Amino acid sequence: MSDAVLEVKNLDVDYGLGDDAVHAVRDVNLTLHRGEVLGLAGESGSGKSTLAYGLTRLLPPPGVIAGGEVVYHGENGETADIMRMTDDQLRAFRWAETAIVFQGAMNSLNPVHKISTQMTDVIKAHDPRSTPRSRLDRAREMLALVGISADRLEAYPHQLSGGMRQRVMIGMALALDPRIVIMDEPTTALDVVIQRQILGQLIELRERLGFSVLFITHDLSLLVEFSDRIAIMYGGRIVEEAPADEIYQDSLHPYSDGLLHSFPALRGPRRELTGIPGSPPDLRAMPTGCAFHPRCPKAFDPCAADLPLLGIPESHADATTNGQPRTVACWLHPIR
Amino acid sequence: MTASGTTASASETTEVVLEADGLTKHFPVRKRGREVLSKVTKVVRAVDDVSLSLRRGRVTALVGESGSGKSTVARLLAQLHERTAGDIKLHGESVSVKSGRKFRAYSRRVQMIFQDPFASLNPVHTVRYHLTRALKIHDRAGKSKQDLEKALADLLTRVQLTPPERYVDKFPHELSGGQRQRVAIARALGADPEALLADEPVSMLDVSIRLGVLNLLRDLKQRLNLAILYITHDIASARYFADETIVMYAGRVVEGGDSETVTQRPAHPYTRLLIDSAPDPDQIAAHKAKAGDRGTGEPPSLIKPPSGCRFHPRCPHVMDRCETELPPRFDIGDGDGHFAACWLFAREEG
Repeated sequence: MSDAVLEVKNLDVDYGLGDDAVHAVRDVNLTLHRGEVLGLAGESGSGKSTLAYGLTRLLPPPGVIAGGEVVYHGENGETADIMRMTDDQLRAFRWAETAIVFQGAMNSLNPVHKISTQMTDVIKAHDPRSTPRSRLDRAREMLALVGISADRLEAYPHQLSGGMRQRVMIGMALALDPRIVIMDEPTTALDVVIQRQILGQLIELRERLGFSVLFITHDLSLLVEFSDRIAIMYGGRIVEEAPADEIYQDSLHPYSDGLLHSFPALRGPRRELTGIPGSPPDLRAMPTGCAFHPRCPKAFDPCAADLPLLGIPESHADATTNGQPRTVACWLHPIR
Repeated sequence: MTASGTTASASETTEVVLEADGLTKHFPVRKRGREVLSKVTKVVRAVDDVSLSLRRGRVTALVGESGSGKSTVARLLAQLHERTAGDIKLHGESVSVKSGRKFRAYSRRVQMIFQDPFASLNPVHTVRYHLTRALKIHDRAGKSKQDLEKALADLLTRVQLTPPERYVDKFPHELSGGQRQRVAIARALGADPEALLADEPVSMLDVSIRLGVLNLLRDLKQRLNLAILYITHDIASARYFADETIVMYAGRVVEGGDSETVTQRPAHPYTRLLIDSAPDPDQIAAHKAKAGDRGTGEPPSLIKPPSGCRFHPRCPHVMDRCETELPPRFDIGDGDGHFAACWLFAREEG
């Protein structure tokens, strides 16, 4: 079992304060191991982006971390709780240890600065003693890494295509050799051909540089292909977590099953698909018990009354193929 | 207009509702600096020589990346843009309308559904207002208040927003994305159209409810015998939903035919690239092996498109001929109407 780099423990994130607070993320436990790609899937409003912003403390008000801790394991075995870092510590930690590629990454570049300025600024902020020459060399190196020729360094963002801008963002994220890269829907705005190019490149870079990736998307079919483990969120909670191929072949939670059957297949027999009836829950008025029960085809008595807890299901207690147990939160699969 | 009872069994027997013939649209580029003095106007060749036909009771998918001109085709067919060249025929009659009564008469028969249900409904008006307006404009509101109520309830039931009285007085912000898109569909149905142009109707919706909307559209197609143009970038959903699939690249049609044939036996190198790039969980192992030999490059500029075949700079099978001559449509001959615009298939033409 590889060692953990980031551990999320009982994290709660609210929007607003007091009784009116909306509980966007509830009681999330998640471990990111060294060198792995952890996929986080869910529909809009499931809290997946909030979780990512929460654990890096980038949450804009009225978002509040209501509880829990996020433990970062440094290179030399030291640990730090991100939730308790001071502003200075955070400043040094961000980007150097954890980098984020945002959802609209194509629009996260500053339109009035050249690519070179934006890339060297990052390096300068974290290593003020570096020389301009070395910074520029590093920027050139990063562009080469993501497959953009060095002469684009003097270009402005509008002179690059969407795919290139996205690659620049990934290059910038990797500029300081972070150990964790969080990607929030990094390719949603791109075409499938470009998407595959970029993700292929990312996986290749991960093998070369050994960073861990938290990959957030609503496209489960993409995750099955590109990630090692997948966690599925619904209504602010993780409902199932397992290795990617196990989720795909044998999903336990009815919601995971529904999500997997929401994608028409490109190959194989054509079958009738139904999607999931109903619509995603309103976080202001969450259903009692299991949040999925109003839409669940297999709902039975306890579902509406009691909240199922995430745990290792009895039926799969010893089926830990690669050392990591799979967990599920569903009354159909009683936990140990 | 007769409701022909025959279901779409063979494409020849079904009636063509809307037809595009050599449809072309060039958008002028604004001149800057010295260019103002020159006589030459640069244009974006958004759509070039696109021909397709929508048949009663059939779904035709138009697949392509963003910027391939697929939405422009829909807007041309809806007469929202004036075409540069080519022809649009409604039941065999050439139509060209800009505004006024003629446009209204046209839009009664050809309706459009837009991509973003969050933007296409007015946030300050209720569902009732949106649907009543569509019904009134197209003279289908009836004479009395009861007629209108009945028509409203009918529309909402058709798009499975039941019971209708629960939804009719809601504002858009009270509805979920899927429900909003259903209201947009109901509004389009308010005109009782023959053809429906759906521009990425599900790409803004959550994955779990996309299929619900697609299944609804298919159900409507069968019940109301609609001709549907389904525009999408997701070729897998075209296979699932459409009877016929047409693939566009950089403003031109590169391949077309029966959906199953096009997706299972793609002929044009671009279609193959598109299909290879789609996420496919079954191919985990295969992907890891050939991560390197992916197609490279990006779509070309449409102001100065490549000469000859527009795909040639990215094509793995490029030949000398591709750079100079524009390939016409060649029949592949392995399924009804399967064609590709690629010189690779020139031999078979003889």
